[in-house]
Amino acid sequence: MRVTVRLFARLRDLAGTGELQREVPAPATVSSVWQALADEMPALRAYEHTMSVAVNADYCRMTTPVHDGDDVAFLPPVSGG
Amino acid sequence: MAVSAAPLDLAELTAAVTADTTADGAVTSFAGLVRQENQGRRVSYLDYEAYEPLAVRALERICAEVRTAWPAARVGVHHRIGRLELGEASIVIVAAAPHRADAFAACRYVIERVKQIVPIWKHEHFEGGDVWLEGNTADPDDEAARLAAHRIACG
Repeated sequence: MRVTVRLFARLRDLAGTGELQREVPAPATVSSVWQALADEMPALRAYEHTMSVAVNADYCRMTTPVHDGDDVAFLPPVSGG
Repeated sequence: MAVSAAPLDLAELTAAVTADTTADGAVTSFAGLVRQENQGRRVSYLDYEAYEPLAVRALERICAEVRTAWPAARVGVHHRIGRLELGEASIVIVAAAPHRADAFAACRYVIERVKQIVPIWKHEHFEGGDVWLEGNTADPDDEAARLAAHRIACG
């Protein structure tokens, strides 16, 4: 199945892009999408314990299931205001 | 609730929040500005990035929390994104309520929660380099964080 991965702020800088398409084996979770991405780009791993995650623009957990066509976002600690 | 690249207009937001009622006895507002100094660095400008659909949802969630905590209060909030020069407003918040205690508290609560859970990031450009600022790990379900914001809001 195919998912869209979105990266923001420094994660986007580290990856060199804010949006990627990735094939992942089903059944998938946010965690399995992340592990594949971090294997591909080890520099991202520094954020594993401080980032937030979202599926289809809703906050979720690493254990949240991911389906074909979903939008999976990885978010560094926020600094708005 | 809005996230946009357009310059912020406090008067316009105030008019929107206070329209259609004469029940308000108090209106408070907060504007966050781009400061020239941060952690000893001389700031040149800030570039704000947002995950816009989730940022709007997070702002809506904060407003719902305000309605629960201060049922008589109403709030509006606009956050700007893109490049902001020194002195420009990055966020404006307006809170209106029949009494000042609720208006002050709701306004303070919104800015504290924005800093906790809204997916927006500052990319600081300073003399000699640039850095992504990173604050809180956003978790809207973190009750301890929400209660901390509520305590700060109530002084």
